[in-house]
Amino acid sequence: MSSEIVGSIDRASERARIERRSGRETAVESLGPLTILGGIVWAILQPYRIVFLNPAGKGFYDYLIQGPVLVVAVGLFFALVIAPGLSEDLRTRRDAQS
Amino acid sequence: MTPRAELVHWAFAAGFLLLGLLLLAEVIVGSEVFEMRRWRRYLWPSLAFGLGVLLWPVAVFFTSSTLHMLAHASWAEVAMLAGAVQLALVRGKLTSRWWTLTLSLTLLVSAAAFLIHEQNPWLFSRSAFLHHAIGWTLLVAAVLPLGQVLQPHRSIWRAGFAMTWIVLAVMLFSDRDVAPIFGHLSDLAGGPR
Repeated sequence: MSSEIVGSIDRASERARIERRSGRETAVESLGPLTILGGIVWAILQPYRIVFLNPAGKGFYDYLIQGPVLVVAVGLFFALVIAPGLSEDLRTRRDAQS
Repeated sequence: MTPRAELVHWAFAAGFLLLGLLLLAEVIVGSEVFEMRRWRRYLWPSLAFGLGVLLWPVAVFFTSSTLHMLAHASWAEVAMLAGAVQLALVRGKLTSRWWTLTLSLTLLVSAAAFLIHEQNPWLFSRSAFLHHAIGWTLLVAAVLPLGQVLQPHRSIWRAGFAMTWIVLAVMLFSDRDVAPIFGHLSDLAGGPR
């Protein structure tokens, strides 16, 4: 009877550990999309900040630096370049430990 | 032809946002996992150093007064210092964790520059409000690297440091050349634009 209890606790502990690790993966993978969402919300609230939609009287720097586009670009960079490697390394580490 | 101040602030806000995301990602996954790929260790120190370098042309070409030029030049210097020290720590040229205190110095100098070079009161305009808000935020945040040095295993300090840059990015993205703040805009500021 005691071994069954110990077994259950061990499994619960292992499950909790995996869930915690998965939580980290989810968290790091959500940073990019959340940032992109922030940029999209800004663009919807202030569409005139997107120069392509309102080009009248705009110069080179207005095209180069568009706030919502910059936020989306940062989010995309993080989501496509940084986050995948981090998730993969988290999984590698988890597999190595288990 | 020079860009409007708000555009320059937004460009740097994007850099600070990426800096904050990188630092936050390191807190989430842990330093051990973050450093599994060596190039990732150099990311944020290089970004900090690069932002410092890019602040020089802003200081030289895009500032309208001596006070503004000195403020931007001091940010350039301390950002480069912080980036260089972190690069040396990553590379192993420096080993003492006390070098992390250069980040506190960076935040303190930046805070002082923000608070000193803004001559107008909080509700003069949105820009003035943000200068005060950013200055005080950075002043309070200067304690976070000290926490990292004294309690290196507590991630709360590193999380706070990461969030500081994301908050700073949001405040810089909120900047406008001339705009009201909470319904206030001084007549001396000119019309909103």
